[in-house]
Amino acid sequence: MSAVLIAILLVPFAASVVSWWAGPRMGGLVTVISGTATFGLTLALFPSVAGDRDSASAVSALGNWLRVDSLSLVFLVATAFLYALTAIFAVGYVAADRSAGPVYIRRLYAGLNVFAWAMAMTPVVNNLGLLWVAIEVTTVVSALLVAIEGSDGAIEAAWKYILIASLGLGLSLLATAFIYHAGSFSLGSAYDLSFNNLLGAASRFPAGTVRLAYLLAVLGYGTKVGLFPVHTWLPDAHSEAPTPVSALLSGSLLATCFYAILRFFQITERSAGAGFARDVLAGFGVATLLLGALYLASQRDLKRLLAYSSIEHMGILAIGVSFASPLAVAGALLHVLAHAAAKGTSFFGAGSVARKLRTKDMDRIRAGAGLLPWTGPMLVAAVLGLSAMPPFGTFRSELAIVAGGLAGGDGANTAEQAMAAALVVLVTLAFLGLSWHITQAMLSPGTQDAPRTGSVEPAGPLEMTAVKGETSQMMVLAMVLGLIGLVVLGVHPPAQLDNLLHDAAAELGAAR
Amino acid sequence: MPSSLLGSVPVPPSAFDGVTEALAVLVLLVVFAMLREALLRSQVRLYAFQSLAVSALAAMLGASQHAGELYALAALSFVLKVVVVPAVVLRLLAEAEVDLAGSHRFGVATAFLVGVIVSVVGFLAIGDMHFGPLAGHGLPVPALGAATATVLVSFVLVMFRADVVSQAVGFFSMENGVSVASLVVAARMPLILEVGFLFDLLVAVVAFGVLMRAHHRRAASLSTETLDQLRG
Repeated sequence: MSAVLIAILLVPFAASVVSWWAGPRMGGLVTVISGTATFGLTLALFPSVAGDRDSASAVSALGNWLRVDSLSLVFLVATAFLYALTAIFAVGYVAADRSAGPVYIRRLYAGLNVFAWAMAMTPVVNNLGLLWVAIEVTTVVSALLVAIEGSDGAIEAAWKYILIASLGLGLSLLATAFIYHAGSFSLGSAYDLSFNNLLGAASRFPAGTVRLAYLLAVLGYGTKVGLFPVHTWLPDAHSEAPTPVSALLSGSLLATCFYAILRFFQITERSAGAGFARDVLAGFGVATLLLGALYLASQRDLKRLLAYSSIEHMGILAIGVSFASPLAVAGALLHVLAHAAAKGTSFFGAGSVARKLRTKDMDRIRAGAGLLPWTGPMLVAAVLGLSAMPPFGTFRSELAIVAGGLAGGDGANTAEQAMAAALVVLVTLAFLGLSWHITQAMLSPGTQDAPRTGSVEPAGPLEMTAVKGETSQMMVLAMVLGLIGLVVLGVHPPAQLDNLLHDAAAELGAAR
Repeated sequence: MPSSLLGSVPVPPSAFDGVTEALAVLVLLVVFAMLREALLRSQVRLYAFQSLAVSALAAMLGASQHAGELYALAALSFVLKVVVVPAVVLRLLAEAEVDLAGSHRFGVATAFLVGVIVSVVGFLAIGDMHFGPLAGHGLPVPALGAATATVLVSFVLVMFRADVVSQAVGFFSMENGVSVASLVVAARMPLILEVGFLFDLLVAVVAFGVLMRAHHRRAASLSTETLDQLRG
């Protein structure tokens, strides 16, 4: 199995090198093959990591530098699944863009593969320091990808993103040094920062230093997760990036950075106690969810709408992990997967609509479902998925989070119950904002040739391209696969996945 | 009073501790110089000087702890942060042909005042953190306070200066503050990790450079005043 682990890191990297040198067609093919292969390799890890419900196991390679346990596998699956879908989507996206030159296409494919490589490396490395290195690589690569189209907005968004995210990551590097310091009392002055090493000794770490490190890590990595108040780069970068990049940013990257917080959570929970670790996440989670839910209502830009929905969902994740009940924590981990599928599919739909109508302004988009007979209804379905409608995976995960929160870990816990109630209210608010905008844009009857006064774009392109029909079959295929994944997660997740989620929840100390 | 403010050190500080603290404070003072510096080129040179102090600190700790890998770290940090990174940014500046930033948003005095306040907060926070049991392990708490203050004043630099060079230098200088902190509390961290961190810094510098150049090409200036379309 260790060969599989090494292959997961080699395949996307090799793909980026090949797609940098090869022509556009070849680059697309290589990216699709690499995405699919990475997803297949990830699935191949399931029997070794999650085969047996009673005993948690892990796969390691390269002398324990790489290690996948159940917690890392959850995040690896989310990244690999979305990487495969994005690769398929990107082929259609590039083909539909007649203005795209060969240099742009080469950069886009190579960049997507490096980005996926760095995101796959994050949960695979077995070291708190290398985890930071991997996440910093994702920042640099994705910032360049945000700027790839070279427009004023794209460069502004990329500058703000790289500056804010790098400053945040500086704080998490400080947190890593503090953890190293905390460990040096029981592990000696020179030791390696592997997770099994740290977690084995964490109960003897000085609690004060670990608390400080945890706060810095939540704030620092939280910058990249999009936690309030350090989320400000997120809507800009998501809306200005090319759609395949937006999908990966939102569906995979945010969760991958949340994984880094969870590793600090594990150490803190063992050293300073679960109560402190959970309270911090709960505070950030509620504030983030509140912000996301409120801002959703006032968006006009289709991609910004989805970006604020990402902020909302990261708030839900933080709240879910902050509950003591194993049901809620397993639900939060399922939410990572369901959100990846739903948000990826929604961004694909939004990108197709934007490409077809050449606008992201929802005030100008009407009757989109009539124009795009496949994409339109699927975008509506994916956005309903984001609003946690059955039969989608998000429904199951959010239900588990709320049920776990209401039940409490051990006996009645009024604070958790109040938070679960707040979660229901805020998610409903978010649902209203999301569904109002999307149904207006996609389902309401209307003419395309009524742009608002003062809008920047001329009316011409809207009428010219407003011919019924899909832009690209590959773009449709990516959405179909995403929705299938989302429905499978909601209706009947495979038994091994269920085992995996419960193992991972136990690793996070749920109900300990 | 100072001993309670900066954490109590039971043994009198050795010469090594004294030099460590002096270097850490020097790193902090350089950020203050950056706050007022109007010439972009000098801004970058100040960063090179600050990095020199950090590299010297690593070499110093290598001597005091007899750790060969800290010499390697000092050499690597010298090559990257004193030579390569400043050279890359200075080349960008030569292309851009801009000398004066003129980007003080609220005046130099305000920036200094805020800088002083946040550094006091940094010192107090570390003094208050009760690294008490750790003091016996030779932890120079004042140096850690200076490192924290460096990180915080670098944030002030990024916030108070409206040009891409000063903002990037603010990030680099914050990274220097983090380096000082990690040298002080985690000097024996495996070299491979330190190399990874430095490599990441280099990659980040390249990305900052690409974006600075792209911005300059479109806006014909290094000011961030035009970056106001997107509101978060």
